[in-house]
Amino acid sequence: MAQTVFAPWDDPQQKPLIQFVGVTKRFGDFVAIDDLTQDIYEREFFALLGPSGCGKTTMMRMLAGFEAPTEGSILLSGQDIAGVPPNKRAVNMMFQSYALFPHLTVWDNIAFGLRRSDMPKDAIAARVEEMLKLTRLSKFGRRKPHQISGGQRQRVALARSLAKAPKLLLLDEPLGALDKKLRQDTQFELMDIQETTGTTFVIVTHDQEEAMTVASRVAVMDEGRIIQVATPEKIYEAPNSVYVADFIGDVNILEGTAKANGPESYAIDWGGAEPATATSARPFSDGQKAHLAIRPEKIAISAERPADAANAVQGKVLDIAYLGNLSTYHVELPTGQVIKAQSANTRRVSRRAYTWEDPVWLSWSATAGVLLES
Amino acid sequence: MNRLSPFNVVSLTFGFAFLYLPMLILVIFSFNSSKLVTVWAGFSTRWYGTLFQNEAFLDAAWVTLKVAVMSSTFATVLGTMAAYVLVRGGRFMGRTLFSGMIYAPLVMPEVITGLSLLLLFIGIGMDRGVMTIVLAHTTFSMCYVSVVVSSRLATFDRSLEEAALDLGASQFDAFRLVTLPIIAPAVISGWLLAFTLSLDDLVIASFATGPSATTLPMKIWSSVRLGVSPEINALSSILIGIVSVGVITASLMSKRHAVRVRREEQAAQRAT
Ligand SMILES: Nc1ncnc2c1ncn2[C@@H]1O[C@H](COP(=O)(O)OP(=O)(O)OP(=O)(O)O)[C@@H](O)[C@H]1O
Ligand SMILES: [Mg+2]
Repeated sequence: MAQTVFAPWDDPQQKPLIQFVGVTKRFGDFVAIDDLTQDIYEREFFALLGPSGCGKTTMMRMLAGFEAPTEGSILLSGQDIAGVPPNKRAVNMMFQSYALFPHLTVWDNIAFGLRRSDMPKDAIAARVEEMLKLTRLSKFGRRKPHQISGGQRQRVALARSLAKAPKLLLLDEPLGALDKKLRQDTQFELMDIQETTGTTFVIVTHDQEEAMTVASRVAVMDEGRIIQVATPEKIYEAPNSVYVADFIGDVNILEGTAKANGPESYAIDWGGAEPATATSARPFSDGQKAHLAIRPEKIAISAERPADAANAVQGKVLDIAYLGNLSTYHVELPTGQVIKAQSANTRRVSRRAYTWEDPVWLSWSATAGVLLES
Repeated sequence: MNRLSPFNVVSLTFGFAFLYLPMLILVIFSFNSSKLVTVWAGFSTRWYGTLFQNEAFLDAAWVTLKVAVMSSTFATVLGTMAAYVLVRGGRFMGRTLFSGMIYAPLVMPEVITGLSLLLLFIGIGMDRGVMTIVLAHTTFSMCYVSVVVSSRLATFDRSLEEAALDLGASQFDAFRLVTLPIIAPAVISGWLLAFTLSLDDLVIASFATGPSATTLPMKIWSSVRLGVSPEINALSSILIGIVSVGVITASLMSKRHAVRVRREEQAAQRAT
C-alpha cells in the first residue's frame, strides 16, 4: 500500500490551522519577532529551531495568548484570535520553566486542567492515571514537584499539557532534561499521540536531532525571523543559506567565485589547487561570490586519489574524532583550511586506516554540495 | 565556631539591655505584692487576680479583640487586592500615583489620619463606636498588608498564573487556586501585622471612637494618668506574653517548614 505523503503545505486546497500574518512583536524598542508570516497546518509537527533569544518562546506565547502581537494578526482556523483570552483558547502550552504548581501534588497538577472542564470525576481520575502511565510517573503521583527530579518534573509538565488533548499543543523545549534513551522514547510517544489524537504540535527544541526525528517541518529562526521552513530532509540537504547550513548539523564551507561550466553546473574557484565542480539549480552569474556547503559524510577519504571523483583535494590528517558508529577526520589542506570528512565504522577499529599526519585524499561528487549565495 | 570579640559582647549586652530591660522591669513588678509600683514587697500574683475581676478592663479587652480581628481581616482582603492590582495590573493610567497613594499612610502622622477620619465620620453623621474604629484601623493597616503582600508577589513566578489560565482556569480561579495558596504565608503575616497594629493603636482609635467603645490601650492610657497601678503591669505582662508566644510560634513554624522542604528535596534526590 502506498503511503500518501503528509504535505498539506504543498496543497493549495488545505486551510492552515494557524496563520501568522505580518506579525511583529516589540518589547519597548527591541524587536523580538520581525514581520513574520507563516502557516502551520493541522496535524503538523512544527519544530522551531534557532539560537537562544531568537524569539521562539515569544512566538509560542503569542499563540497561547500571553502576548499580543504589536502589529499583524494571528489566525486560528481562519479566526483572528487577538481578543480571545488564554483560558478560552483550545491551546495548551508546556512552559520552558515547567511552571508546575508547587503546592499541588503531581496528580493534582495533571488534573488541574481537567477539573476546569465539565469532565466527570472518575473520567478525570482515569485520564490522570493514563497520563501518569504514559510519562512513567505512576509511582510519583502523590509527591509534590519539589520532591521529584528535574527530568521527572519535565515529564509532569508534559503530562499536564497533554491531559486535555488540545487542538494545538505548544511544547517549549519539552525534553531537554531527559536522558537520551528516555528522550527518544518520549519522542516516539509524542509522535504516537499526534497520530492518534490528530493534535497539532508546535515544538521548540535546541536539539537538531530531535527536530529531525519528530518534525513534519522545521523552521530555522534567527533574530525574530524565520530563515527557512522545510521538511527535515530539505533543511538538511538543501539549506537556503549559509546560516541554515551552518546551524543544522556539521558542514564544510568553501568560499569562492562561481563560473558556469555547463548546464546547471559551476566551477568554484575557492583558492585550492583546482576549482571545485558543483551543480546548482539556483543560477549564479560568472564571477559571483558563492559558498559551497558540503556535509562531512558526503566527503570520502582515501589514501590514493580516486580516479573518477569530480572533486579531489589532498591534505593531511589533523585530528580524528571517534564517535562510535562514525569517525570524523579533520583534514588540513595546503591552503590551511580544515575540512571535516566522516566515515562509518563498519568494521571494528582494530586497524585504523589513517592516523595523524597521514597524507590523504578527500573527494566528493558534483552533487554532494549545495551552492549558496552569500 | 566564631568566638565573639569583647567589643561585640559589650555592644550585644547594651543593645539587648536597652531593648528588653524596661519590659523585664515591668514584668517583674507585675508580681509585686505591694500596691506601690516602685517598691518591691515580695512575690505575689494577686494583681492578676484582681485584673480578671475588673469589668472595665475585660470590656476594653473584648472591644480591642473584636476591633483587631475585624479590621485586620478587612485590611488583609483590601490590602491583598490592592497589592495584586499594583503588581500584576501592568501599566495602567495613574499606576505610579496609585502605588504612591497606597503607601502614603505609612508615613502620614497618625494624628492627621485620626483627625481626618473623625471629620469624615462627623461629616457623614456616623455614630462613633466599634464600627468606626474598625473602619479607621482598616484604613491605616491595609497599606502595611499591601506592602508585605506586594513584596511577595513581586518574586512570585508569573508563569504559574499563566499556566493556570492556559489550562482553562478563569482569572479568579487562577488567583484562588494557584496564587493565593502560594502567597498565603505573606497574607497571613500581613494579617498578623495588621492585627498587632490594631491591638496597640491608641491615637487613631481615640479619634475614631465614641463614648460607647473603649479599647485596651485607651483604657490603659486613661488609667495611667491617674497613676500606674500594679494591675496595669499585670495586664501589660499578659500582652507581652501573648505577643512573644505569637512571634515565637510564627518563626518556629516557618523554620520547621523550611527544614521540611529541604529534607523532602534531599529525599527526592536520593530516590532518583
Ligand atoms: N517580556 C519581555 N520584555 C522584554 N524583552 C523580552 C521579553 N520577553 C522576551 N524578550 C526578549 O525577546 C527575545 C526573544 O525571547 P524568547 O524568549 O522568545 O527567546 P527564545 O528564542 O525562546 O530563547 P531561548 O532559546 O533562550 O529560550 C529575547 O532577546 C528576550 O530578551
Ligand atoms: Mg525560550
